[in-house]
Amino acid sequence: MLETRTGLPDATPAAMQATDTTDPRYYHRVVDCQWACPAHTDVPEYIRLIAQGRFADAYLLNRESNVFPAILGRVCDRPCEPACRRGRVEDKPVAICRLKRVAADLKGPDIAARLPKAPASKNGKRIACIGAGPASLTVANDLAPLGYAVTIFERHSAPGGLMRTNIPSFRLPQSVLDEEIGVILDLGVSLKLGSPIDSLSGLLANGRYDAVFVGSGAPKGKDLPLPGREADNVHIGIDWLESVAFGHTGSIGERVLIIGVGNTAMDCCRTSMRLGAKSVKVMARKPRSFFKASDWELEDAEEERVEIVVNHAPTAFVLDSGRVVGMRFNRMEYDLDGTRIVAERVVDEVTIPCDAVILAIGQENAFPWIERDAGIEFDRWDRPVVDPLTFQSTRPEVFFGGDAAQGPKNIIWAVEQGHQAALSIHAYVNGLSPADRPRETVRLASRKMGLHEWAYKNDYAPLERRLMPHVSLKERFKKISIEVELGFTPEQAAQEAQRCLNCDVQTVFEARLCIECDACIDICPVDCLTIAANGSEAEVRARLRVPALEPSQPLYVSAPLKQTGRIMVKDENLCLHCGLCAERCPTAAWDMQKSTLHWPHADNGSSKCQAHERKTA
Amino acid sequence: MTFMSKPKVAHPDLPRNALGLTRRDYEGANSTLCAGCGHDSITAAVIEACWANAVEPHTVVKLSGIGCSSKTTAYFLSGAHGFNSVHGRMPSIATGANAANRKLTYIGVSGDGDTLSIGLGQFCHAIRRNLNMVYIIENNGVYGLTKGQFSASADLGTKAKRGAVNRQPPIDPVQLAITLGASFVARSFSGDKAQLVPLLRAAMRHDGFALIDVISPCVTFNDHEGSTRSYAYTREHYEEAVHADFVPFAAEIAVDYADGAAQTVALHDGSRIVLRKVEADYDPSNPGVALNAIQQRMRRGEYLTGLLHIAQDAPDIHALDSTPDTPLNAIPFESLSPGGDALRRVLEAFR
Repeated sequence: MLETRTGLPDATPAAMQATDTTDPRYYHRVVDCQWACPAHTDVPEYIRLIAQGRFADAYLLNRESNVFPAILGRVCDRPCEPACRRGRVEDKPVAICRLKRVAADLKGPDIAARLPKAPASKNGKRIACIGAGPASLTVANDLAPLGYAVTIFERHSAPGGLMRTNIPSFRLPQSVLDEEIGVILDLGVSLKLGSPIDSLSGLLANGRYDAVFVGSGAPKGKDLPLPGREADNVHIGIDWLESVAFGHTGSIGERVLIIGVGNTAMDCCRTSMRLGAKSVKVMARKPRSFFKASDWELEDAEEERVEIVVNHAPTAFVLDSGRVVGMRFNRMEYDLDGTRIVAERVVDEVTIPCDAVILAIGQENAFPWIERDAGIEFDRWDRPVVDPLTFQSTRPEVFFGGDAAQGPKNIIWAVEQGHQAALSIHAYVNGLSPADRPRETVRLASRKMGLHEWAYKNDYAPLERRLMPHVSLKERFKKISIEVELGFTPEQAAQEAQRCLNCDVQTVFEARLCIECDACIDICPVDCLTIAANGSEAEVRARLRVPALEPSQPLYVSAPLKQTGRIMVKDENLCLHCGLCAERCPTAAWDMQKSTLHWPHADNGSSKCQAHERKTA
Repeated sequence: MTFMSKPKVAHPDLPRNALGLTRRDYEGANSTLCAGCGHDSITAAVIEACWANAVEPHTVVKLSGIGCSSKTTAYFLSGAHGFNSVHGRMPSIATGANAANRKLTYIGVSGDGDTLSIGLGQFCHAIRRNLNMVYIIENNGVYGLTKGQFSASADLGTKAKRGAVNRQPPIDPVQLAITLGASFVARSFSGDKAQLVPLLRAAMRHDGFALIDVISPCVTFNDHEGSTRSYAYTREHYEEAVHADFVPFAAEIAVDYADGAAQTVALHDGSRIVLRKVEADYDPSNPGVALNAIQQRMRRGEYLTGLLHIAQDAPDIHALDSTPDTPLNAIPFESLSPGGDALRRVLEAFR
């Protein structure tokens, strides 16, 4: 989290100093979605592009940061949406993720010329990537256009990693995967399928590679060592999903119990419904507020009549002639203190009959193929020691990223870690220190066109979030590959795009121009402005027009004003970026300026970077 | 002026008053005045005061004449009654309305032109009749609608935007009102809501004529160097004599005032005004002292502000004219218009 203001040298030690907006993190922070996105996707800009019907531009802008817009537009964990300002002003955030999919769905066929290309001559450096998941693919995407020869080793018969093996095709069609992975492979990346790496030392020993990137994911599903576990109709969730994805498994019993309530559990239960299960229960140890699954995945599962059972802690598998026929649970009761469990009790014991059990209680990375004397340090949990900024291991030419580096997260994290690792690899093989990282920058450009004209649509659209249309319940179970979500129509997309508040069009204040007429304060629809006497931050927050009680949202503080020496304070929390303050300001002390974040990647400045060819929205 | 409307969406933590309303519920139409006009700040102060006093919007009557100032009644309380009168004739309308219904809260908004030039006679007689109303003068010293000529309140020596110097002495509505026996006379500044809002709240509860002369810089024609009514000049030459805090009925006075520094004025509805004297010798209950102090300051080119004069014992229009308690529209037609026989009996009494 960005610190707002710290130690103050002046005569009134309690007083706040003017916000340092030269720090690129300040305006970045105001764009909540972009700040929350691990890859810093320029969300407001691509939403404006969608609003203008420029779907290909929106797709390519997305691709610059998140590489897989069509995939992520379907299955991203959406850290942007809980952060969305619209969700604080109203109930529901902008459907950012689904708009991303719109850009991918409607981008048209003619973007090939605008996609990155490998240069005619290579730079002579060779990079090996282990695992063909999102992290490795991002490394390849960033390095191949710079002339690197990238080789990806994949143990399965198809690339994609967990995106292919663990996300069922009714959520993410194979054709979508194939298309976006294909763009990267077309950069001249060498993909070795069915080629597990059995020994890192072996790979390093032959000296063929200048650097190695480990993006092998977290492929080991956690087991549940309870009595009766040896039965063969007890499955580990991610392994089971993988065998379904490759067509090795095509059926499951009628009554299925899923243990665990993460997103893998949601995929397991919905997949079961498509493989012949009649009754699927997701068994949760704790109450609903502790569930790890995303709300929308829970909703989708419940829509498909999956039953979610809370407060059941498994104690044993019930076997009959070597097969599971039921499972025993302790029914639990919890005392909560806010969000914390302070006491738990077993109420009674129940046995729930079933024909199969799927364990979806987590997964971990595992490196049986890395020799412990290979020069890579492992911590006490047997995880590789990886620098959190450079993703370099203790063996300088070996880098980690994605789930392999930091345990199971989501695709968007793997993508960003791939970008960062690529940046490090690029530095390392060129004899530079990966620790010297280029800094992000923010560019500001006024949106003022004339007296009352702004180069963005600032009218607040009082629209509710569009609902994603689904294939009917009757149709969707016919085949596992029927994609449930249909995607927004262009009309729905146009409406949803209007809900975006354009948080990247910043309110920029020039204290020396202010005549303290109060016009901005009087017109502000959400009362986020105050001209106040200076004081300590805590004290000023309490006496704003509406007290600013959300400490995670910064105050924007001006220099002392000319006439009274007071300060202009803006609570960034609920600003609609409507620009009424700037429109009402008689002296243009307020201006609306679009901030554009430049987030460094390995390929910035290369021929691949297409951003400069696109007009801003 | 803005070409987009203020979004309806509001801060979810906006405080609510006793009626469960937020201040957003007291807003009116979008202002079409120049951006930065002091009048818009006065509008915001009226909204704030009405919200804080928890008046029901439909029990308020907004009255105005002609001018920039007189447009502003459209910009607050869209749920209130409104009457936009002929130039300078707002007091006549207010008189009739007062006579017809004493249960409503009357807020008149006028300007220095509407009040001190074309409407000066009406203004004086409204004070004499002690109408039960709040009379706000949005005083910017120029005729804004006709491009910035000096108004009757322009100070001696003040410069127009193009450099002309004013050589006629001003009419000061505050001194005039005190001379005419007004019972609540205040001066304030559009840029000081901390002073203006409590004044408005007290004025609404005061029985009788409450004048608030609000210096309201004209950002387009009178906010330049050499003007004595600009934001910068007003802030520099602005002296608060008496600060009035409004304490609603049943609320305890929470602030501690040093001995002798505060004086409480009880209003008829049980609420109180706590006067905090900033100038030790100032006595707001003594019109002579008040006038003397105001004139002294004026000679130095300064504005004395705050609740400059208050008298609680002056009979208002209803006491003077024995108006009925019941609004005319609630009196049965037979009593209101008792017919020819009754009229003949009245006439008979004068023979």
